[in-house]
Amino acid sequence: MITKEQVEHVAKLARLALTDEEKELYTKQLSKILDYIDQLNEVNTEGVEPMTQPIPKVNVMREDIVRKIFDKDSVLKNAPHEEYGFFRVPKIGE
Amino acid sequence: MTQLITKSAKELNKLFLSKELSAKEITEAFFSHIEQVDPKIDALNLVTKDLAYGQAEELDRKIASGEKLGPLAGVPIVVKDILCVQGLPATCSSRILENFVAPYESTATAKLWDAGAICLAKSNLDEFAMGSSTENSAFKTTKNPWNLNMVPGGSSGGSAAAVASLEAPVSLGTDTGGSVKQPAGLCGVIGLKPTYGRVSRYGLIAFASSLDQIGPFSRTVYDLALVLQHISGYDPKDSTSINIDVPNYINLKPDAIKGKKIGLIKELMGDGIQKEVKSSVEDSAKVLKDLGAEVVEVSMPKIKYGVPVYYIIATAEASSNLARYDGVKYGFRAGGVEDILSLYTKTREEGFGQEVKRRIMLGTFVLSSGYYDAYYKKAQQVRRLVTQEFLNSFEHVDLLLSPISPTTAFAIGSKIEDPLAMYLADIATIPPNLAGLPAISLPCGFDSKGLPIGLQLIAPALGEELLLNVAHAFELKSKDMNKVPELAMA
Repeated sequence: MITKEQVEHVAKLARLALTDEEKELYTKQLSKILDYIDQLNEVNTEGVEPMTQPIPKVNVMREDIVRKIFDKDSVLKNAPHEEYGFFRVPKIGE
Repeated sequence: MTQLITKSAKELNKLFLSKELSAKEITEAFFSHIEQVDPKIDALNLVTKDLAYGQAEELDRKIASGEKLGPLAGVPIVVKDILCVQGLPATCSSRILENFVAPYESTATAKLWDAGAICLAKSNLDEFAMGSSTENSAFKTTKNPWNLNMVPGGSSGGSAAAVASLEAPVSLGTDTGGSVKQPAGLCGVIGLKPTYGRVSRYGLIAFASSLDQIGPFSRTVYDLALVLQHISGYDPKDSTSINIDVPNYINLKPDAIKGKKIGLIKELMGDGIQKEVKSSVEDSAKVLKDLGAEVVEVSMPKIKYGVPVYYIIATAEASSNLARYDGVKYGFRAGGVEDILSLYTKTREEGFGQEVKRRIMLGTFVLSSGYYDAYYKKAQQVRRLVTQEFLNSFEHVDLLLSPISPTTAFAIGSKIEDPLAMYLADIATIPPNLAGLPAISLPCGFDSKGLPIGLQLIAPALGEELLLNVAHAFELKSKDMNKVPELAMA
């Protein structure tokens, strides 16, 4: 179960400006999905190490060498708003 | 022309090398077929004529001047629109990336072009690979080439439908919870999800990073092996790629099946499995027996937890991976915003479709303070138990067998309002993915409505060679593999 208030809180965390209809819909749908997920509670997981990924954990190190992968122009071409070679955004702070 | 498009990748490569066909002629034939067929099935987001003819011209120049040619020379291929091909849009079938042009090349596609393959098109998918029907695309719904009222499966529905309808002999998809295997099954083609780490994911736009893997589609096992051979291998640009030599996949040995023990998973042959699917998989088990394998029943009671575990872990990882779409650096940006916060929230609200938002919400919830242990940690623990069950099973058998999907292709629109019903379409494909295991989807029959049925064979980690050898043995005996829908032959 999940309440509409929880949905609103999660939407805020996820940076989603949901509409009222979406809040209603997701409250219903996510509750149903979470009810289904609750069957995991019947599994005894005491002392089981959580599995983060399927291959044995190793740190992958590399030499710290600067390489050019992208040229600036091709990256900035994708910017929704670019000015003077920077990403332009609305004013942040006062 | 019709003759040419029915050829396998292997045959096309031969025809090109023997100079019976130029790369340009091959390319023209496929584009002309695509123009006929794709308006009916909507498999492709973008037809890449400039790139294809450029590659073909280079191949024709090389062969004329006697230069060395790669092992995929003259082979046309379709690439899922979630892989970066430099200079082409990589949309993920999402509004939020509609205008994104990839500034770099994915390792998998770079290897294909180096080997001489020709890029025909970028294919449609469920937005950000989230879905099992390709209905979640922001642009179009791909249809099943065997029946246009049915879904092709998903999320790589475009790549599967393209190969089924002869738009290309081979294609690339990606598989997180079954996104190659399930559409392969529903479209009656072959699909492979390699071992986690076998194929570099550099340039694959991330969905769930502990699960995502690139995999090929084809109509023959040899072609599947051929593509896998040339996209596999260690890549310093992907820290999760495995640094172990790639075996010779294309040297297929159908006799390898003799004496192998194959376990039919009991829990995936019971309730909820369409009768015709079940009997077709049972018939296939008999074929495998006739070929010299021993087939035994295996019980895997934890397998039923695959779907709930997946929808916690995959959505949690997705909520984190998709945080980058904020309207600042690339992609769509919402208009009419006053401050940075509304720039983020409005861009994401307008840029993402329903299923993507639903999964971001679920993933954010299971990671949020107070719920992390109950959901995310619990799911990671059960994931280990599911994986352990696979490892235990492989102490007794060499391969595992199941249906690829509980039913054949379902009708467009029939599950889109009920996310949970849609998630259950992946009940058989998810568990091996949680364990990082390779699995293949093979066509094994048709139901009474003429829709393809697929079976799944699962191998231990890095067991692709055995999977391909057994699949090839099965292919040589099968009446139903390599059949083509009428629509493609018209």
